[in-house]
Amino acid sequence: MDRHVISVENVSFSYGKNRVLDDISLYVDEGDFVGIIGPNGSAKTTLLKLMVGLLKPEKGNIKMFGKDIKDFKEFYKIGYISQHVREFNQMFPATVEEVVGAGLKAGKGFINRIKGEDKDKIDEVLKKVEMIDYKKQKVGNLSGGQKQRVFIARALINNPKILLMDEPLVGVDLDSQNKFYSLLDKLKRDYNITIIMVSHDIGIISDKVNRLFCLSNGKVYDHDLTKDIDGASILKSLYGENVKLLLHKH
Amino acid sequence: MLTYEFMRRSLIMGVMIGIIAPSVGYFLVLRRQSVIGDTLSHVALSGAALGMLTNSYPIFTAILFTVIASLGIEGLRKRYKHYAELSLSIVLSAGVGLASILLSLGNTQGVLSYLFGSLSLVSLEEIILFVILSIIIIVTIILLFDKLFYMTFDEESAYLSGIPTRKINMFFSVLVALTVAISMRIVGILLISSLMVIPVAASLLIARSFKSGFIYSLIFGFISVVVGLTLSYYLNLATGGTIVLSALAILLVVIIFQSINKTSM
Repeated sequence: MDRHVISVENVSFSYGKNRVLDDISLYVDEGDFVGIIGPNGSAKTTLLKLMVGLLKPEKGNIKMFGKDIKDFKEFYKIGYISQHVREFNQMFPATVEEVVGAGLKAGKGFINRIKGEDKDKIDEVLKKVEMIDYKKQKVGNLSGGQKQRVFIARALINNPKILLMDEPLVGVDLDSQNKFYSLLDKLKRDYNITIIMVSHDIGIISDKVNRLFCLSNGKVYDHDLTKDIDGASILKSLYGENVKLLLHKH
Repeated sequence: MLTYEFMRRSLIMGVMIGIIAPSVGYFLVLRRQSVIGDTLSHVALSGAALGMLTNSYPIFTAILFTVIASLGIEGLRKRYKHYAELSLSIVLSAGVGLASILLSLGNTQGVLSYLFGSLSLVSLEEIILFVILSIIIIVTIILLFDKLFYMTFDEESAYLSGIPTRKINMFFSVLVALTVAISMRIVGILLISSLMVIPVAASLLIARSFKSGFIYSLIFGFISVVVGLTLSYYLNLATGGTIVLSALAILLVVIIFQSINKTSM
């Protein structure tokens, strides 16, 4: 049985004449925790957007749960947290409850409104991310770490099979980062969710994930961190001599 | 003042504008697209000018022009992905350029009332069209409210949750165009975008949730129009200007109220 949740086959993508991904192939298996890293401009976000169909590849195929991403309509299976959530300012008038509920209401028709059972679901998911006490607060007034928990709650509300996050920890302090990773561990343990996360912080993420996609010069290097690999030498070629790879064995 | 037919009609139109302008404006402001109201109102001017020139209903021609322009803006946005605001400047320039040519061709004496709004007698056909379009706009906003909310704070995630964001964007642009075109008779082309923005600006200062912000915007818009129309009638002032200054007065009161609240805390 095909365990691939996402398959990227011979994909190329360019911005104008600048080819940022050149004939790359990779796959993500069910239950994987994948980190995507690479220097600035190495197309980390582009790869994530291609995976979920927000961008169309110039060449090649992308499959989500075995289905071509162009024909994929089971949106409830995807939880996605984009970089835009960082722009949530203090004046934006939305409460934690409203933002989490948005994920739930998106799947409803134009007439169907939120019901009692939906409210229970919002409470349940907010408890899961330990943000229930902030339910009525404006999201803009929360700290970076708390905001990320709210967006995870929004992404989890439809019980997705895969969670994709684009640099969720920018501007989040170390203590909140640790809590964030503990939450992801809990989600993986309890729900076996596949997680893909773009990060700029190679030190921490390589200690947490079981697979690492390193992007550089249009190519991708897929590292299985459950096996002994000579990742350090590859990463040195990507980032320079001062980079140290922390291997994590499960 | 309600003994006069024209005032009753103006009040009906005014109240509806007071509700639809901020309800559309609320989403525009939060998506940082409030300038679109200004752009489309300049296009509405060229539409109204053509209507006056051809002795047809200026509101009809303004609607036609603004709807085409709103679709044009969406099209240009795709071409200028990284400089999206350029699409607004291009369409605004086209609107002003065309309007200046059409206005110079003569028979456009009533243009001032379209620029600044007036309490002029509105024909029955116009008011029927106005009420129908206003109801369409209000019902659509209510039906799309949840989807528009999601798209307002994270369009990509909204798309990935199954919301047809491209279609809704296109449809919403048409709603904005309709709002601008039908509001120009009372508020005036140069001031309609103010009524889309100022009540929203006041509401954002006190809103505790997305829904409450929306309701405050509508209440402030409604009060601005009723107060503005009344003052305009009794003091014989330009209608659009009086409505906008009423909205500004509300904003000022909210700012003062908020400052007092902060200092007393």
